[in-house]
Amino acid sequence: MSDHELQTGDPMPMASLPATDGRTYDLGQAAAATVIYWTCNHCPYALAWHDRLHEVARDYADRGVRVLAVNSNNSDTHPADSFVAMAERVEREGGWPSPYLHDESQDVARSFGAAKTPDVFVFDAGLKLRYRGAPDADYDDPGQNAAWLRAALDAVLEGREPDPATTEPVGCGIKWK
Amino acid sequence: MEAEVRLLWWKGCPSWERALSMVREEMDLRGLNPEALEVIEIVDENDAARFGFPGSPTILVGGEDIQTPGPDQPTGLTCRVYRRKDGRVSPLPDPEDLRDAFAKIEA
Repeated sequence: MSDHELQTGDPMPMASLPATDGRTYDLGQAAAATVIYWTCNHCPYALAWHDRLHEVARDYADRGVRVLAVNSNNSDTHPADSFVAMAERVEREGGWPSPYLHDESQDVARSFGAAKTPDVFVFDAGLKLRYRGAPDADYDDPGQNAAWLRAALDAVLEGREPDPATTEPVGCGIKWK
Repeated sequence: MEAEVRLLWWKGCPSWERALSMVREEMDLRGLNPEALEVIEIVDENDAARFGFPGSPTILVGGEDIQTPGPDQPTGLTCRVYRRKDGRVSPLPDPEDLRDAFAKIEA
């Protein structure tokens, strides 16, 4: 587990991670806002919110928002979350609107204090944390449409503080080594 | 005599409480005593193996799983992936599957 948890206003921990598309992504690249969320292949909560998070990536791309998906699960105990399985999933689904990054060492998850899948972090243009939590209030209601995440992004893009700035992430625990 | 109804859950998956409400409400609607529901917490892998637990929550009505797990579904401490009637993936079963399971034992 992580013994450190990012707080609102904290700077983004700097790191780069490999993605299923063969590229390596710097988390802190310049953007109007950056969404980094933990997800995985096997967790029903991550799967239930999957389409809503992709819609956010598509809907906010032209406003300069960068969205990155990270999988930190231990693939020794959960083979469905191996790098190969991640790449196969993206291909099977016809590509994702966001890079799907692999945090094999789990160092990035620990540096953020990520705990669940999904667990969403929103950073402003200065790479300060502005929102952390769940995408919306109900994993089982697609009509929620990632409302908390969208509200946080709208606030950040307009220079306001998100309200709420934190919610409780809901999902499967990250599978630690 | 009332049919045996069981809910098996693991604390690592938050949907179990909503599943518990679903089952109790369905029992109540059908004139069954919701207090007769047997709620079993799966605490470790030994428990999971003993109960053949395919993930949380698992609901057994009359001894049968309301959504039969696939043949290669392992047992263990994990969150259960349910497929809803509309094709969505969810941590909760489709209410129709629950209704069908009760209807089957009443037939």
